[in-house]
Parts: sequence; C-alpha cells; structure tokens
Amino acid sequence: MKALIDALGPLWGSLAGIGLSLVYMVVVLLTVAFILWFDRKVWAAVQMRKGPNMVGPVGILQSFADFIKFVLKEIVVPSGANKTIFVIAPIITVVTSFLTWAVLPVAPGWVLSDMNVGILYILAVSSLGVYGIIMGGWASNSKYPFLGALRSAAQMVSYEVSIGFVIVCVLLVVGSLNLTDIVNHQKAGIWDWNAFAFIGALMHGGSPAKMGMAFVVGLILFAMSVVFFISALAETNRPPFDLPEAESELVAGYQVEYSATLYLLFMMGEYVNIVFMCAMISILFLGGWNLPWGEVTNPFLGFLVLYVKIWAMFFMFAMVKAIVPRYRYDQLMRIGWKIFLPTTLVCVAIVGAYVAFFGGNA
Amino acid sequence: MAELPVTLGMANNALLLEYLPVLVFGGIGLLIGVVFMLANWVFAPSSPDPEKMSAYECGFNAFDDARMKFDVRFYLVSILFIIFDLEVAFLFPWSIVLKDLGAFGYISMMVFLGVLTIGFIYEWKKGALEWE
Amino acid sequence: MLQIAAFYILAAVALISAIMVVSAKNPVHSVMFLITIFVTTSGLFVLAGAEYLAMLLIVVYVGAVAVLFLFVVMMLDIDFVELKQGFMRYAPFGALVALVLFAMFVLVASAVVEAKVDPHVLASPTPALDVANNTQAIGRILYTDYILFFQLAGMVLFVAMIGAIVLTLRHKPYVKRQNVGKQVARTRKTGVENTKPKIGEGVSL
Repeated sequence: MKALIDALGPLWGSLAGIGLSLVYMVVVLLTVAFILWFDRKVWAAVQMRKGPNMVGPVGILQSFADFIKFVLKEIVVPSGANKTIFVIAPIITVVTSFLTWAVLPVAPGWVLSDMNVGILYILAVSSLGVYGIIMGGWASNSKYPFLGALRSAAQMVSYEVSIGFVIVCVLLVVGSLNLTDIVNHQKAGIWDWNAFAFIGALMHGGSPAKMGMAFVVGLILFAMSVVFFISALAETNRPPFDLPEAESELVAGYQVEYSATLYLLFMMGEYVNIVFMCAMISILFLGGWNLPWGEVTNPFLGFLVLYVKIWAMFFMFAMVKAIVPRYRYDQLMRIGWKIFLPTTLVCVAIVGAYVAFFGGNA
Repeated sequence: MAELPVTLGMANNALLLEYLPVLVFGGIGLLIGVVFMLANWVFAPSSPDPEKMSAYECGFNAFDDARMKFDVRFYLVSILFIIFDLEVAFLFPWSIVLKDLGAFGYISMMVFLGVLTIGFIYEWKKGALEWE
Repeated sequence: MLQIAAFYILAAVALISAIMVVSAKNPVHSVMFLITIFVTTSGLFVLAGAEYLAMLLIVVYVGAVAVLFLFVVMMLDIDFVELKQGFMRYAPFGALVALVLFAMFVLVASAVVEAKVDPHVLASPTPALDVANNTQAIGRILYTDYILFFQLAGMVLFVAMIGAIVLTLRHKPYVKRQNVGKQVARTRKTGVENTKPKIGEGVSL
C-alpha cells in the first residue's frame, strides 16, 4: 500500500490499493469455492464415493451452484431470537475472517499491509472470531445452538494459548514480528525452513555445543509445526475437533437455526479461516513462497509456490477430516491444557536458552 | 497540531498507511455480508408460519427458555485463558529482543515463567484442568 | 490533518459507546458497546504509534476479558430489571466516585501541561520509530530495567490463578474420569487373569 502511494500519489495510490484489495479478496473467495469442492472430493474419494460430479466437469462448479441455491432459500429467524444479534453474528464472522488477510504477504514484495506487528495483529483478529459463534449461538435462543456456542468458546480459547506459545518459538528463532521477515529468514532452502531446520543445523556448522543445541531447536520447531497444525484444526472447528457442530449430538451446533445466506456467511467465514491457517503454516514453517532448493525473487512464481503450498496443506486438513474420528470433549480439553500447554511452554524455554546463550542462527 | 496544548504524539504517515488496508478489508467483508443478505431479501421467498419460526427441538415443543445456568467450569477455563494469554503477551517483546538482552533477560523471563508454572502445577494437582 | 480527524472520530465513538455501556437496557448490548470502546481505543494507540499496545489491547481485552464478560451476562440468569431498581439509591455514591476520578484526571493533565517534560530527563525516552519499533522499545527495557515491576506482574497473575481456582473449583462427587496414563499402562498381565474355577464355585473378581 505504501509503495503504491509513493508511486502514484495519495489519491490514485489509495484507489489502486483498494482495487488491489478487491482483487485479493476475489482470489481468496474463488480459492475458497474450489477448496470446498476439493474438500468434498477428497472426503468422497476416501469413502469410495464419487462426490459432487454433476455441475461442470467433475463437478468443479458445485460451489457456485450451492451459492445460487443459498441465495434462493428463505431466511428463517426464530420467533424467540434476538433479531439484531442473530443477523450481526454471521457478518462478524465474515468480517473477522477477511481482516486477517490484510497482513498476509503472498509473494516477495506483494503485501498490502506490511505491519511491524503482523503476527500480533493476526493473533488479535483471530481471537475475535469467537464472537460470531457465541453471539450466533446465544441469539438463536435454542438449546443446541446455545450448547454449541459454549463448547466452541471454551475450545477456541484453550487452543489459542498453545498457538501463542508456538508462534513465540518461531519468533525467537527469527527475531521479528513481521511476516515478510519470517519468510525471508527461511529463504536459503528446505534445510532452513522452520519445520526442517534440524537439517540446516547440521549443515551450518559451528562449535559442537552450538551445533547440538541448534539441532535440538530444529527438532523442537518440527514438533511445534505439528502442534500448530493440530491447534489450527481445533481453532477452525475442523474435524476431529468439530465438537461445536457435532451432528451426532448437537445437530449442527451454533448453526442450527441459521438458513440461506446467513448460514452461507458462517460457512464462508469458517473456510476463509481454514485457508488462512493453511497459509499461516506455509509461512511460519514451510518457507512461504520459497522453493525447496532456493530463494524465489519473481513475485509471480512466488505467489504460485505459496498457492501450491496452501493447497497441499489443505489436502492434509481434508484427509484428517476423512480419516480421524471425533474426539470426546474432555479428551479435547485434556490435549489442549495438559499436553500442548506444558509442552510448548518447555519448548519456549529451550529455544529461548539457545537464542540467549548461543545468539540464535543469524 | 501545534496549537493543541499538549502535543499529541502522532505516528508518522508511513506507519499509519500500513493500517489502511485493514479498513479496506473490513469494509469489503461488511459489504459482502450485507449484499448477500440483500440478495436473499430480493430473490428468496418469505412465508413465515409459527411452526417454522419455532426453535429447533427433536420433535416436540420446547419446554422452557434455552438460556439456562450452566457449569461454572466454563468460567474457570475462560479466566485461566486470560491469565495465560497475558503470559503469552509478555513473551512477544521478549522473543524479538532476546538476542540483545542475553542471559539476564533470559533468566528474568524464566523466573516469571517459573512463578506461573508453580500456579499451573497447583491447577493441575487441584484438578482444575479435568473436564467432567 | 487526517490524523487529527481520525483522532476525534475515534475518540467520539469511544465516548458515545461509553455512555451506551451504562445506559443500554440489554446487558449483552452493553458488552457489545464495551467491545467497541476497546477497538476504538486500540485505534487511538495506533494513531499514537503504539502498535504493540494497540494489538495487546485487542488480544487481551477483546479476545479474552470481554469473552468472559459476555459469558457472564449471556449465561447467568440474573434479573437485570431488579438490579436496576437500586440505581437511584447508589447514584450519589457513583457520582462521588466519578467526581474523584475526574479531579484526578484534571490534576494529572494539568501537571503534564505545566511540566513541559524534557525528553532528556526521562529515564528511558521512546526511541524514534526508525531506530526501534514499539515492540522492540518495550522489550529492551521491560525485562531488565523494570524487572521488579515485571516480576510483580507475574506475582499478580499467579495470585489471580490461585484465586480463580479457590473461588470457582467445585468437584462434583461420583464423577468417573478417564485416566489415560493408566489405560495406556495396562498390559496383558494386569488385564487378563486365567483361573480354573471348580464347577459350581464361580470366580470372585
């Protein structure tokens, strides 16, 4: 945005920035449309079904047909509901899910909002996502949505703590809150990607003590990437942590009373968040837009690489949904508070020791 | 700005410009939400009847109000979350300057975390982390 | 110029929301307005260049504290009409508190104007943004120069943690819990027993 305004002057620069943001969002929404189709296809393939296959070649336009159907259905607002909050809740979900994208760098030099505190901003905005769910569940004035909202709130806050600790581990190694800096830290090649830094630790050399410590830190970062992936599943209410909308006990959780476009907004917000989490994993742990064998400087190629990584991560999300059975609620809380929280806390201490006493990688 | 009695320490433009896209993205989200609802209002039928408008139950009429008292455990989770969230908040500035702070900064933070770890162990032993 | 405009808009929204918090009929709406205050205040922090504080305000207050408030007002079955009955009785006391707070703000504000703080006398002046950003500036002094306050904050959090547990933790009797460690440690030896009971005697477990 700043570069645009420097180049084109305040008025045209701002307009160009707004236009770019629109293009950005259209790309995200189209991605979500196809990723929804992809999700259903993967799920169907695991269960040896065909999945959506009627609209367009191999059903690829299914999401658009669904969209038209959502628009043509009636919005039913329950008579006991708190109408204002009932309508505002899905809008809050969509707005917060869009807001996070503003700081995401998509290619070298392509970032709309290059904040110094990018990661904190993402943490702040994603912590707002819980409001849409609580408000939607409460405003419906119905039992299943109410229970779903409660569960979802407790679940999301439990996993946010471990996500925070995991991010601190990455920041310790990188030393900046800026997302572009985090990607640039991993530009040398796959051995420097945060998830595989233990390979790089052996290649960079140094004194045996430092090398050993770097290797341990690398292994920790790999474990942290797994913890982040699992916490991301819980944060976005994806199976196996989809307790808020567990259809076998809560019908559809907080969304029971929602229909037509209001429901569509909830679902869209959820999938936009999921795609964002895939992008975050790619940027924090998998080198962002860099290729496994080296740095990428061409923005178009960089965007393509990041895009492929996002789809690959989403494939993991879809496979987990297809093959892992749902957790029980007490088990879910146990993993969050008794396993992830202490583990990540100890890891922060170890990575901190490495940075404080050996000066880190850089 | 000079005529104000106290100089408002305003940030420079370069920093604030980075926050402009945030407004734009929020606006786009809001726009999409409203447009979707309006589209529905234009295209979709609307034929309310009391049965359709009633809250969902498994085949019978709702007994009483859905907003009930519930387990205090949810509050406890929420309070514990606030505490750990603050702990994470303290870690962020530490994590990016630790290289400059060196051993003293590290030990300072470990004491801080140690105190909270004692609290965490207390929680664990008391069974506050158990879900029943 | 735009910054001044943004400042006044944000400040006005924050003040109006503050009035709405106390005057709204529905407590859930009150919490919504409270969230509006937090968000606009964080906007003010950004205007002042304090990015870290702005984000922290949202992470901690909107993301955690307001969620707890929302929990309480949504789920607790308090009759808020009845609570409002006592409004007139406590109004003088409330006014007194407001007056004291206002006097304090006036005193502090006038002191700042009088003193014309010289940046060189400050113990740790805020560095320019191109030298160190807000987060780094805080990090450089908080954990070393201000270690006492930092550790005190830790103590406060510790007390809060203990207090929350002491006040709210009630164990229900007769709840069977899963002990994962015990389940995993179970082997064939501890789980299976071969016996040869005589006919008509059965086995006692």
